[in-house]
Amino acid sequence: MPLGEHEVWITGLGLISSLGDGWQAHMRALANHRREPVIEEKRFAPCVVHPLCDVDFSGLIPKRTDRNQMGRWQLIGVHAAGLALKDAGVAGQAALLDRTDLCVAAGNGERDIATDARILATVSEHRDPERALATILPLELRPTLYLGQLSNLLAGNISIVHKTTGSSRTFKGEEMAGVSAIEDAVQRIRYGERDLFLVGGALNAEREDLLLGYEIDGALWHGGHRSVWARTGLGGMCPGSMGAFLVLERREHAEARGARPYARIASVLSDRCDRSPGMATQQGLGFCEALAMQAEGKPLPVFSGASGVEPILTEERNFLQEIGSRGCLPVVRAYGSLIGHGVEAHFPAGMALAALAVSGLTQLAAFDAMENERTINETPERALVTAFGHWRGEALALVEAVL
Amino acid sequence: MIPRIHEVFSRQELRDSKKRPVVAITGIGVITALGAGVSENWRALIAGRSGLRRITRFPTDGLKSNVAGTVDYIVPAPASSVSRSVAMAIEAASEAIVQARIGSPGRFPGPLFVATPPAELEWAHLLQLYGVNNGSGSTGYSQLLTAGRSGRWSHLRSTLRFASPAEILAVRFGTQGQPVTLCTACASGTSSIQLGMEAIRRGAAQSALCIGADGTVHPEGMIRFSLLSALSTHNDPPEKASRPFARDRNGFVIAEGAGALVLENYSVARARGARILGIVSGCGEKADDYHRTRSRPDGTAMIGAVQNALDDAAVEPEEIDYINAHGTGTPENDRMEHLSLRAVLGDRLDRTPISSNKSMIGHTLIAAGAVEAVFSLMTIGTGTLPPTINHDVPDPEIELDVVPNVKREGKVRNVLSNSFGFGGQNVCAVFAAEPQ
Repeated sequence: MPLGEHEVWITGLGLISSLGDGWQAHMRALANHRREPVIEEKRFAPCVVHPLCDVDFSGLIPKRTDRNQMGRWQLIGVHAAGLALKDAGVAGQAALLDRTDLCVAAGNGERDIATDARILATVSEHRDPERALATILPLELRPTLYLGQLSNLLAGNISIVHKTTGSSRTFKGEEMAGVSAIEDAVQRIRYGERDLFLVGGALNAEREDLLLGYEIDGALWHGGHRSVWARTGLGGMCPGSMGAFLVLERREHAEARGARPYARIASVLSDRCDRSPGMATQQGLGFCEALAMQAEGKPLPVFSGASGVEPILTEERNFLQEIGSRGCLPVVRAYGSLIGHGVEAHFPAGMALAALAVSGLTQLAAFDAMENERTINETPERALVTAFGHWRGEALALVEAVL
Repeated sequence: MIPRIHEVFSRQELRDSKKRPVVAITGIGVITALGAGVSENWRALIAGRSGLRRITRFPTDGLKSNVAGTVDYIVPAPASSVSRSVAMAIEAASEAIVQARIGSPGRFPGPLFVATPPAELEWAHLLQLYGVNNGSGSTGYSQLLTAGRSGRWSHLRSTLRFASPAEILAVRFGTQGQPVTLCTACASGTSSIQLGMEAIRRGAAQSALCIGADGTVHPEGMIRFSLLSALSTHNDPPEKASRPFARDRNGFVIAEGAGALVLENYSVARARGARILGIVSGCGEKADDYHRTRSRPDGTAMIGAVQNALDDAAVEPEEIDYINAHGTGTPENDRMEHLSLRAVLGDRLDRTPISSNKSMIGHTLIAAGAVEAVFSLMTIGTGTLPPTINHDVPDPEIELDVVPNVKREGKVRNVLSNSFGFGGQNVCAVFAAEPQ
């Protein structure tokens, strides 16, 4: 096998969001023209979030002591990771798990909102708040709190609960965290360094501390929910709770154990630019040229990771229009309109949806009147996934059917 | 037919025993509580001087530990652990790039791999935000969110965005491609080197800038570890607070710093006449599934990481001349590190000196692997083994030659550098002298 040419198969999908628990629920949603997003507009008003569906975490995280050690972000991620391992037929296989490598995309875990509020109320009354903090913090904070916050503890908890004990790497950087995690796994498989990966991320959107960060960032959409393409104005992001994990595998490894692929990852390309006008659009077009895709005159599903935040939203729209004028027939599905923006988990979620699309397991209904009404009747052979980060980083992936 | 340049080149490229391109280190930079720059740090380190001191940055009245390895001579604005980490990363990377004489100003010809601490609002920020609306009737996060929405705090963005440190560094040094930000807890610095090494081995890059930085000595940063009983409570005198491998050790000392390394394809570096400081001959990792803060009692994962590193580097245990320990000074780490090394190196361990830089600089957390890689290369380059200071009471259960209290001279070709972190993170690297 020439260096760097091993095939990367997606052999397991673990997806949970506001739409449901498991990829099957998402498959049905993708095919349903009338599927409305699940939104929460009151609890965090004026922010809009997509709340997680009802789920019993004890199914895939049976030990209460484990569940008690985790924040909700970690619970969602560990659950989705468990779904993917089960789906790939890796769960419970000790020998396989011992060489399963983890690539996780993560931000921070959650803070204890009530504790923070109590501390702020007390400390802000003091004449010397700094000194008051030094005495109050050690009494109020709990040891488990930090373990819920540490970025790499999603990966740590996955190893503990699911027994994946190959290597463990956590990537950060908003949307690009998800891209880096998948790129790292793809490279290590492509170059024959490793065989089997569990890759993904999670977001708990229903937390004030997370929203506070994105409010300061100026990234959140205020007002009623609408399609990401229609969010012109300030902000644009409606965070969505989700967990998205994929099992990636070297083709020969999957074949040897009889695992069936949803799709192969043909390519993941990423870069950064300074976001001066037109730069990100050009970046995307450069990726397309590097993919050397032939204009086949067939519809090409594009799972757009658009967050709704300007000005990158316009850049991505221009990019998509441009590839349309170059002979592709892009069928754009900005999945954030339906499940919200998953930040670190968003790109893995898009990859999972693209895998479902090319596997023939779902049809692609337009889930937004702003998107072109082109539907695809036959199973597409390939799909693109975009990640134009809400403030930095661009990436494009090509997912292909394994025929 | 005239062969293309890369084909000619690849025939002459030096490969390791596994036919992979050899990865050289041509530039190093460091900043710790001992000072800025490799030479200042190294002088202090081999003199056995501690950089640990009483915390003055904030009141420590209610804390059991009040010693840290703070870097106080860097005062970035806005004050935050992220901005401090970025400022230190810039210092260390500038030093490494100048030494490597690579690229041109503002254009580093390879990718960036950087390990950074959490991007988060600290209590000082929360109090500022909270204070703005006081009297509005709202409380807690509702009050914070109202302030956050006002647009008056957008200067805190750089503290909140996880991709921000990498973005600032990528722009500053003109690195190529998507910068990669990673976190493997206290093994992060070594992971950044591992990712750079892998990119060069694959031929995806001919050079890489690898950085680990951490500036998280702030009240909550201290309390987090204090509540986990991880910090040393030997507060007096501060320079005696960190006691790796000693019987009376009772925790690590939190510290700040940054380490940066320029990695290059060895043959490319040679061809351009670069000075070779050493090579990264291998890295190994192994995840632990036992506990969130503790390692499997039989040491399986740590042993796996050490063994994987030796395998990847294709070196035998007897070829390791010196070990740069993780050596945090917590009862758990030092005991488990000894047990794991014993399992892999066997009797050979009795004749392998091992010392902990953390006895002098404290535990620089996210930065530790990168900082200690710099010192590992200095050990190779100078033939001087830095000591483990504060080794007054040896632990009878840890039979190690820790180079107690005083430096030692010795020929060192291969160094094993260990990094272990919360969340089951275990990453080890082997650094070696330039191939002869």
